[in-house]
Amino acid sequence: MKENILIIHSTDNVAVALKTLGVGERAVAKGIEGFPALEDIPASHKIALRDISKGEEIIKYGETVAVSTRDIKKGEWVHTHNLESKRWKK
Amino acid sequence: MTDITGYERKNGKFGIRNHVLVLPTVSCINGVIRRISLEVPEAVCVTHAHGCGRGGPRDLEILSRILSGLVNHPNVGGTVLIGLGCEIFNAKSLLPLIKEMGKPIEVFNVQEDGGSLSTAKKGITAARRILSEISSQPRTALPWDKLLVAMECGGSDAMSGVTANVAMGAVSDWLVEKGATVIFGENTEMIGTAHVLARRAKNAEVARQIELMIERAEKLAQEVMGDLASVVISPGNMDGGMSTIAEKSMGCIFKGGTTTINQVVDYGEVPSEHGLILQDGPGYDGDSMAGLAASGSQIMFFSTGRGTPAGFPALPVIKVASNTRIYKAMEDDMDVNAGRLVEGQALDRLRADMADLMVRVINGEKTKAEVNGMDVFTFMTVHPPF
Repeated sequence: MKENILIIHSTDNVAVALKTLGVGERAVAKGIEGFPALEDIPASHKIALRDISKGEEIIKYGETVAVSTRDIKKGEWVHTHNLESKRWKK
Repeated sequence: MTDITGYERKNGKFGIRNHVLVLPTVSCINGVIRRISLEVPEAVCVTHAHGCGRGGPRDLEILSRILSGLVNHPNVGGTVLIGLGCEIFNAKSLLPLIKEMGKPIEVFNVQEDGGSLSTAKKGITAARRILSEISSQPRTALPWDKLLVAMECGGSDAMSGVTANVAMGAVSDWLVEKGATVIFGENTEMIGTAHVLARRAKNAEVARQIELMIERAEKLAQEVMGDLASVVISPGNMDGGMSTIAEKSMGCIFKGGTTTINQVVDYGEVPSEHGLILQDGPGYDGDSMAGLAASGSQIMFFSTGRGTPAGFPALPVIKVASNTRIYKAMEDDMDVNAGRLVEGQALDRLRADMADLMVRVINGEKTKAEVNGMDVFTFMTVHPPF
């Protein structure tokens, strides 16, 4: 099946959607087993590669880019509704 | 890969274009410049909203550095400089900063040259004369170590940092390997990446400058924007999937590649080192481009995911689309489609294609922004007008 998400760095816990994924659509990337998107993921947005606990760091490019504000399930959309900036907490 | 050529200047620098610049010192006389542009379309006629009303030393320093930087720019073969007369930094103050360049320049002041219509007429004659004077200058071989390439991003989406900036980073590494110099700025878009960039500094002093620069940018963002500072990114960026400045920053700094950072220069300052250079300039595209141009970069790569057509006067800007959708939607404006990377194109191949295009542009092929006349000229100010 054609890859539709991109994992930029091996330590990342989120991937980038290469196209818009619908609910239930399988997310596929090199080197991982496909898993269903739990909600719509807009193209170029982030999808959780594994369960992420509240307060855990969001890792992309192999670096911390944010902190989660609630538990996020593998396959969920990761964006401003469930994370905050680590540097400037709200 | 063919050799690159340019126009050698008396100070040893090389231009890749041989433009006649028509520049006002102050916004009050933009109409004179527009009139000249109608009569002499071959000249690069620039208007701007600056030149007076900001008297603080830092704003004056920036104003003088950017205006003189444009006149001194290696892609400019000659200049018609037009002042009003009573502005805070007039043509007379600018002249000492540019005379040493040995390029033709004619200066007029609207208050002394018979008013706007009469000055426009004199400017038209002068622009035509300089065009004719410099038209016979031949291109000669341009040594790679005389090439300064700027890397810029704007209207980014989450793919900018995945495709376009990664490809530009590969070009940056390739250029540094060839002995050229690469510069990028946008300090607000480095926030959250100080530790990553400082690790790559050539020595402790440069590492300290990188940390200070980013700390200042972060403090300023917090002062000015308060709670909004955590998203020093535009609504367009967020629609594109970027959630925080650190996420955007990681994707942003990729465009400079992975080599050692040899120098941090001030906004619009000309680097004295080779290799990779950071500029302490703002993230806003227009202001950033002016600083990178005043630093003497002869050509620029500019990645975009949302799609900005912006170019810069006298400086060829190669637009790199981060995704195939925007490349196709704005094919008039985009020179490169880095979206090919997620469609199975190898990075090496895309890098080679971009390097080939850059060589052709250096040697005279026009970029889309040049063809379309998408020049933007604005620059940073630090205080409100008084």
